[in-house]
Amino acid sequence: MQQNTAAVDTEDRIEVKNTTCYMCACRCGIKVHLRNGEVRYIEGNPDHPLNKGVLCAKGSSGIMKQYSPARLTKPLRRKQGAERGANEFEEISWDEAFEIMEERLRHLRDTDPKKFALFTGRDQMQALTGLFAKNFGTPNYAAHGGFCSVNMATGMIYTIGGSFWEFGGPDLERAKLFIMFGTAEDHHSNPLKIEISHFKRHGGRFISVNPVRSGYSAVADEWVPIKPGTDGALLLAITHELIKTGLYDRDFLVQYTNSAQLINLNEESDEYGMFVRTNEDEDLGKVHPQDQIWWDRLTNKVVRTHTEGADPYLLGEFTLEDGTKVKPAFQMLADRVKDYTPEWAAKITGIPAETITRLAHEMGITARDEKIELPIAWTDAWGKEHESVTGSPVAFHAMRGLAAHSNGFHTIRALSIVMSLLGTIDRPGGFRHKAPFPRPIPPCPKTPSHPNEIKPNTPLHGTPLGFPADPNDLFVDDDGEAFRIDKAFSWEFPLSAHGLMQNAITNAWRQDPYPIDTLLLFMANMAWNSSMNTAEVRKMLVDKDESGEYKIPFIIVCDAFQSETVGFADLVLPDTSYLERHDVMSMLDRPISEFDGPVDAVRLPVLPPLGDSKPFQEVIVELGSRLGLPAFVNEDGSRKFRDYPDFVVNFQTAPDSGIGFLSGFRGKSGEKSMKGEPNPNQWEMYEKNGAFHQTVLPKSYQYMRNWNQGYLEWARYNGLTRHVDPINIHIYSEVLQKFRLAAQGKYPGKQPPERLRKRVETYFDPLPFYFEPLETQLIDKKKYPLNALTQRPMAMYHSWDSQNAWLRQIHTWNYMYVNSKTAKAAGIEDGGWMWAESEHGKVRCMCRYSESTEPGTIWTWNAVGKAAGAWNLTGKANESQKGFLLNHLIAEELPKNECGDHVSNSDPISGQAAWFDVRVRIYPAGENEEKVSWPQFEPLQPVPGMSERKKWWQYFAGRNKK
Amino acid sequence: MTQLALVIDLNVCVGCHSCVTSCKQWNTSSYTSGSMTDLNPYDEDPNGTFFNRVQTFEVGEFPNTDTIHFPKSCLHCEDAPCVPVCPTGASHKREKDGIVLVDYDKCIGCGYCSWACPYGARELDPREKVMKKCTLCVDRIDDETLPEEQRKPSCVIHCPTNARLFGDVHDPDSEVSVAIRERGGYQLMPEQGTMPANHYLPRYKNKITIHEDELQREDNPLKKEGHLPDPGSRASSIEDYSSF
Repeated sequence: MQQNTAAVDTEDRIEVKNTTCYMCACRCGIKVHLRNGEVRYIEGNPDHPLNKGVLCAKGSSGIMKQYSPARLTKPLRRKQGAERGANEFEEISWDEAFEIMEERLRHLRDTDPKKFALFTGRDQMQALTGLFAKNFGTPNYAAHGGFCSVNMATGMIYTIGGSFWEFGGPDLERAKLFIMFGTAEDHHSNPLKIEISHFKRHGGRFISVNPVRSGYSAVADEWVPIKPGTDGALLLAITHELIKTGLYDRDFLVQYTNSAQLINLNEESDEYGMFVRTNEDEDLGKVHPQDQIWWDRLTNKVVRTHTEGADPYLLGEFTLEDGTKVKPAFQMLADRVKDYTPEWAAKITGIPAETITRLAHEMGITARDEKIELPIAWTDAWGKEHESVTGSPVAFHAMRGLAAHSNGFHTIRALSIVMSLLGTIDRPGGFRHKAPFPRPIPPCPKTPSHPNEIKPNTPLHGTPLGFPADPNDLFVDDDGEAFRIDKAFSWEFPLSAHGLMQNAITNAWRQDPYPIDTLLLFMANMAWNSSMNTAEVRKMLVDKDESGEYKIPFIIVCDAFQSETVGFADLVLPDTSYLERHDVMSMLDRPISEFDGPVDAVRLPVLPPLGDSKPFQEVIVELGSRLGLPAFVNEDGSRKFRDYPDFVVNFQTAPDSGIGFLSGFRGKSGEKSMKGEPNPNQWEMYEKNGAFHQTVLPKSYQYMRNWNQGYLEWARYNGLTRHVDPINIHIYSEVLQKFRLAAQGKYPGKQPPERLRKRVETYFDPLPFYFEPLETQLIDKKKYPLNALTQRPMAMYHSWDSQNAWLRQIHTWNYMYVNSKTAKAAGIEDGGWMWAESEHGKVRCMCRYSESTEPGTIWTWNAVGKAAGAWNLTGKANESQKGFLLNHLIAEELPKNECGDHVSNSDPISGQAAWFDVRVRIYPAGENEEKVSWPQFEPLQPVPGMSERKKWWQYFAGRNKK
Repeated sequence: MTQLALVIDLNVCVGCHSCVTSCKQWNTSSYTSGSMTDLNPYDEDPNGTFFNRVQTFEVGEFPNTDTIHFPKSCLHCEDAPCVPVCPTGASHKREKDGIVLVDYDKCIGCGYCSWACPYGARELDPREKVMKKCTLCVDRIDDETLPEEQRKPSCVIHCPTNARLFGDVHDPDSEVSVAIRERGGYQLMPEQGTMPANHYLPRYKNKITIHEDELQREDNPLKKEGHLPDPGSRASSIEDYSSF
């Protein structure tokens, strides 16, 4: 008895199309199979460099996203007379929508462009939205990085010139020891899974440091439970142990970092804490002069760095001829970590001192004794030829567990320094960069630096986001106060390279530093999981002034789905799904490069847009053209680009630069990579190539790229960087010291306001140090003894997937996970209802006992809980009735303190949202309380244009109904 | 005789659920096994048919805890108890490769097979009222128009950690047989006598042994600085024994 398994209806129309997944930010290559025009199967593209054919749970559920009843299909306007937030809309045409926006935005651009604010979520098109903001002339633009992981980006970029995820990662192909900090799931998701599996099967040892053993930590050989926010103490103690025992790579530190450079310690001098420089003529005017000095062991004299034949001291204290006391940077580091002993860190982290010492020894001895040597000749930036590339097989990875704390920047600096001490930067078996990284420290883009640069009808000078190198790069007014609505690049958060989207609404509502008029939110769920203090932020969105006007006068929301935020819009723009659009993963933004060279990718529409949905990219190109923004029009003001695909093909960063949004198939017939004339057939060539383009660098350019002459020249030629100077690692950060000197009144130019001097002086320490998270310093720790945090489940991407009929069956609601001893001590039952309460707010939720949770931590899956009725779920759906959002416990601002009444609850250096600093107490819910999560909100009703929810569904693609 | 099966490597499974939805998307639109009903897809208590589910559980007490992700589907037993109990012959074991299948045309949804299955691997489709379960994507395996490397279950192709090995457990040289032999592959509840064809590979842990003398090195970089390496405050010294 056999089934007819070959049953294929030969009359079916089958098509298979290449594109790129967008069920999360990982961006795997996919082949979408259509049967009679419906999605039958989404297959991982086996030839794709990123995912090599595999696909995760989210990627495999794309069908349910495509056909979700939460899809928005019509432009909507808030009904005349309806209150904002009442979720009452009427359909309008795109023409009307564009007219409304054009009129409003034209007026703002003519009068006061900063009154237009554009903030976007995990949209992967920052190069385009940033270009729009720059050309509009508003500084009030950022993407989601401020509330995501900007500490991870800046902490590493300001130290080693690159970072994790798209920018670089652990070389698990050749590593033998892999230590992962604070990572549950990652947005470099499938590649990391592929690599961890390969690593483990080839005998690698995997250690996970995390308060919770979930996600990848489950398969770690050793789990090191740690108290949240204390990773910095652990890393500094490891640094202490590595230096004390001599388990560091001396040659690497001397040649490739600033460890041996001498620092001026004359306290009277304005140069205190800066590198001593020779100021030789040949270096004058250089962006990165190489005129620092070493104290040579062999001649016992000062020499210029990298003098052939010299061997500098890393330790010691010296006196220059003019009497200036100096120390090598490494000695400063050794001094700094002297008291950071494993015993000290044990009390803070909860990790036994013996474990900390052993971890340091495992790292140091593996790095020292298991050296890798590859027969690859290369030439360094000083012109010296090397026969081979060497490496130490110890690799690291880290994510939001380190980043989402107000001490995260220094923690991540400490991690970067441990990685550097072990000699693992851009070497086999360690950390490897991905193009366009490494970048100079810091990278070149700079924002406007004074309010008078913001003028009507004038594009921004510089870029809306950038990397300050110096206090004078800050964007502040004459009083030293912030001039962006999110206060980025101000003295409150000087290195906030990704902006502070988490404070945009609160500040706009408070009209601090000024009122805005129009807030355009793209794909960012700011009325729910992307805001701290969610319940209050929802009130701010509808709050009015005395005259009855909304404090934020006009809100435009563009999204493909009915998120919680859509209900707060005055104008709703329906975006398409990822299967209905052109899109680029651009070298100008966050490409999908591999260790061995640049890779970028595209999305191609495999289906027509649903209803009247329109890709946001088209909205941007259309608005840019209508408003006559210089990048989008010809000199005579006529429209330059037909549509977004035309824009991608023909836009160049400068006339005839040959550099555009896509690096592949450039040149008239697609024969050039990286740089070349526009190619009218570029999209088709990407399609044929599997929707990506890969440039594999010559082997000799694949390693040591911070100092690799060939690579740096190649990168400059191709426009990836402006400079070929070596990118030496900043063990000691002179950039941070400049801000500290300014706070001390010793640096020329911009000065912090008095209330912030001490803050800047304290936190702009040129060497990493450990401090308690800011909020913890200001609240009663005894009253709130526990840390609360979220982890990202592998089967859901933030708030995106509760509308997905398959994925919501994997995570239908979320529990609060509590160590069983902690829960019992609080009298809370397994499965019982409980309260978690912070200084700021409280939530009622269900408890799940956990043995894989550190006893001082409680946690839940991120963003599974939803507002009733949102995402077109019914008001009774478990997500809203049993699920909950941790955000209600988290304040977006610190308690009043000497720095101000309204300082963001963020890292004082980078502006990273300190999600995981929140401290709580827990207690059981009363027996008579409702068995429903709290807080609850008035259920949202469906909006016009959404399809009906099915009561049951037997999905079968393209059933031939002949 | 061929016996196709899955060998699931718990040592690398990170519990991502790729197998769960990859299976669902292939099979719901499969002429062989589809569709797969979802009840209340947007309402309270959604409940759908899945051929493959991942259970996650903890073992041990903090801090000695392991978190185990355990994917489970039909085990394609060699002596499948679901087959003889089927009154209509709908449940059957395919001779050529040992895959246990259900002929929907014959299934009357009586549920005997699901009572007989000790692993809870069968799911009654709530609308079609027929018993459904993993087919090892038989319509992929049999489809000669697919390239050879694609003639595998969807879950195997997509698993990001390659935790799902697929092949003939009767061929001693197959990848799956080698894995079972060398990695201590085991069956679920062998005492039931069902001889499950699917196997699981256990966790194992890699350790590094550090000998104390590995810290003592002639080329210790501290020596270049004129410093002697600090043996550490816990190292033995006369302080341990001397008295004054």
